[in-house]
Amino acid sequence: MPLTNQLRDDILASVPSLRAFAISLSGNGDRADDLVQETLLRAIANIDSFQPGSNLPAWLFTILRNLFRSDYRKRRREVEDAEGNYAKTLKTQPAQNAHLEFEEFRAALDKLPQDQREALILVGASGFSYEDAASICGCAVGTIKSRVNRARSKLSALLYVEGAEDFGPDDTVRAVIGGNGG
Amino acid sequence: MKEVKKQGGLNAEIQSRIGHQLRAMYDDVVRQGVPDRFAELIRKLDGPEEAAAQVGGETDKNSGGE
Repeated sequence: MPLTNQLRDDILASVPSLRAFAISLSGNGDRADDLVQETLLRAIANIDSFQPGSNLPAWLFTILRNLFRSDYRKRRREVEDAEGNYAKTLKTQPAQNAHLEFEEFRAALDKLPQDQREALILVGASGFSYEDAASICGCAVGTIKSRVNRARSKLSALLYVEGAEDFGPDDTVRAVIGGNGG
Repeated sequence: MKEVKKQGGLNAEIQSRIGHQLRAMYDDVVRQGVPDRFAELIRKLDGPEEAAAQVGGETDKNSGGE
C-alpha cells in the first residue's frame, strides 16, 4: 500500500502507544525512542507489505517487538539503569509514596522473563486482544494466555506476598500501598 | 461464594492493583503524545525508498536538516 497522507496520520497516531510499549519493554527512555524511530523507518520502508484494512497498530507493534528482541540480544551484557532512566522520561513526577510504589512495580516488572513481560503489557496495558498479542509475538493464543497468567502471579508474588506464605491480603496490600486510606 | 483463593495468592484486589499500576505506567507515556522528532520524521519522509536509506543508518543524525 502506498504511503498516503491518511496512512501517515494513522502511523503517527500509533506513536504514543509505541513509545509506551518500548519504554515498558526496555525500561529506558532514550533507548525506547531509538526503537520507535527505527520502527517508523522500517514500517515506512516496508509499507508495501502492509495489508490495507488490516490492524496497523498490531503491525507496528510487531516490528518494534522484533527490533527490541534483536537489539536485546546484542545488548544483553550491558548494565541497565532501568529505574533511573525511566523516571527521567516521566513528565509528571508522582508523589513520594506513589513514586516508591511505582519503582517497586517497575523493578518487579523487570524481573519477569521477557516473554511474560511483553505478553502482559500487550494484553494488560496496550489493550490488544489475546489473538492480536499472539500474532504480534508469533505464538499461539493459548501460549499468550498462559504467559499473561504466569506474569500476573509472579508479579503478585514479587510485590505482595514475598516471603509471606500466610499473608493477610488486606494488611499486605495496605502496607505496600502506603496508607492510602489514611 | 466469596472465598478468597489463597493458593495462588491471586486474590482479586491484588490483581486489580497490578492492572492499575501497569496501565498507570503505560498511560503516563501515552499522554506525552507525539514528540516533535517523530512527527517531523513522518512528515518529511517522501516514501519507502527514503526510509529504507535511513534504516539502521546510525552513522549520523537521522533528520539531516537544520
